[in-house]
Amino acid sequence: MENTILKAIDFDAYFGENHVVKKINMEIPKNNVVAVMGPSGCGKTTFLRCINRMHELIEGATTKGKMMLNNEDVYGMHPIFVRHKIGMVFQRPNPFPNLSIYDNVIAGYKLNGMKIAKRDKDIIVEQSLQKAALWNEVKDSLHKKGTFLSGGQQQRLCIARAIAMEPEVLLLDEPTSALDPISTSNIEVLLHELKNNYTIIIVTHNMQQAGRVSDKTAFFYMGELIEYDITKNMFTNPQDKRTQNYITGRFS
Amino acid sequence: MKFSFIKSRDSRSNLLVREISYIAKMDVWKSIKIKRTFRQIRMEKIFRSSLVLVALSILVLVIAFLFTLIVQSMPSIKALGFSFLFGKTWDPVANVYGTYPFLLGTLFTSFLALIISIPFSFSIAIFLGEYYPRGWFSEFLKNSIELIAAVPSVIYGFWGLFVLVPIVRSMELKLGVTPYGIGIFTSSLILAIMIIPYAASLGREMIRMVPSSLKEAAYSLGATRYEVIKTVILPYSKSGLFAGILLSLGRALGETMAVTMVIGNTSIIPKSIFDPGNTMASVIANEFTEAASTLYLSSLIELGLILFLVTVLINLIGKKIIKRFTTD
Repeated sequence: MENTILKAIDFDAYFGENHVVKKINMEIPKNNVVAVMGPSGCGKTTFLRCINRMHELIEGATTKGKMMLNNEDVYGMHPIFVRHKIGMVFQRPNPFPNLSIYDNVIAGYKLNGMKIAKRDKDIIVEQSLQKAALWNEVKDSLHKKGTFLSGGQQQRLCIARAIAMEPEVLLLDEPTSALDPISTSNIEVLLHELKNNYTIIIVTHNMQQAGRVSDKTAFFYMGELIEYDITKNMFTNPQDKRTQNYITGRFS
Repeated sequence: MKFSFIKSRDSRSNLLVREISYIAKMDVWKSIKIKRTFRQIRMEKIFRSSLVLVALSILVLVIAFLFTLIVQSMPSIKALGFSFLFGKTWDPVANVYGTYPFLLGTLFTSFLALIISIPFSFSIAIFLGEYYPRGWFSEFLKNSIELIAAVPSVIYGFWGLFVLVPIVRSMELKLGVTPYGIGIFTSSLILAIMIIPYAASLGREMIRMVPSSLKEAAYSLGATRYEVIKTVILPYSKSGLFAGILLSLGRALGETMAVTMVIGNTSIIPKSIFDPGNTMASVIANEFTEAASTLYLSSLIELGLILFLVTVLINLIGKKIIKRFTTD
């Protein structure tokens, strides 16, 4: 129990009248990779965006229930503070096109108007890029624009940008869906290393990926959490009929 | 039995007749179809060529326009040369035509108007483009802004003369400068109001085009709305905003009626922004009917030619920037 970092209690999310995430109760253990899978439109991405309060940026989007981060309700904190603690990586790599690789990594500090010494900046940039397994590829072109990188490198740059803020939890929204197989496996390997320092929640529609990278897996269907278990158990012995159907590919 | 035989024969003959008529019909139908197709092709040709004709006539009109301006201003170009641009006195009675005061007046009023209008138009663009892109209030505001562009300029002139001029005059009294009321400053105020919609509407469009993925990236790093606008939206849309400024500058340079009504119409070089003056457009509007001599008329037309070239150039540059921005 003490290991739990994030806990959703009776959590609901709406788009206007549309009830997209229904009564989710879920505990996420520290330093684990948790995969959230399910067919498209099942509310998995919405649920993810609720965790760092990105959901409410959309007009008419509302939530109900509690989302506890270290026993403190995320919805009682200032959203800016929440997003410092919970980083996010998006479906499509979105480095800032007008910034260099270096500036992209420290963009979080820049955006928030935090003044840091040049030497500290250098350290943050190098460490973040190393953690994101990108340092060796870009160390000679740190001051080139981030958009010159390949898709997979751009996505790792976005991961570096997120972990530069030293978050506790890292949310990944289908981070490899726009990438080729090699870049995808690079990122999957990276997740294994990142979980030593961070708790990772990854949304994926790719079951193989969920099986490869995660310790625990959650299956969402029509906005409900159908099943949530250790990944191995989930794939070998699913308890719910719908999970079984999904895993065996009877619907997608 | 008999009956049925007759019936069958009848039906057979019927069938034959029907077949023949069918074939005949087919032929007729075919020929109609062919005729129809020819007619369609001819219509298409006529339609296309009439469209081309109309389009060409516009092009011819613009070229003829430029040509007329050049030909008509030839006498003054020949007689005056560069002294036309840099001569400091404009005295038609003495046949001296120097347009330096008007060039200065035009530049002063236009740039002053830009400086006054930019804070407003940018704020409106950010407000409508990012803060409240939907809802009745933003719709209402957007329509009001567009209405500003639709009001005839003579009405601005009237309003300026009866409302703005007294206000400026009392302000000038307090400042201790000659209280003309009319003058460069008043014209700039009027112009600033008139050009706000141009930069505001275009800026709004450009700000709305900033990809939401970039905004989300910034929000996810814990940026506030102000920080997102400052570090993501404005840098991304800056060339579009600049193009909006250029277009409103083009509008300000050419605006005639409202300016003519409140600028004071004196051909003296203005010494401060509170002095009365004249712009190129207002001189043409004011003196066109009085231009008796060929040289006088030709000088006015040459002023028109310069104004035409400058505004066309500014519009072209502005459009080019917008195009580059939107295709990126």
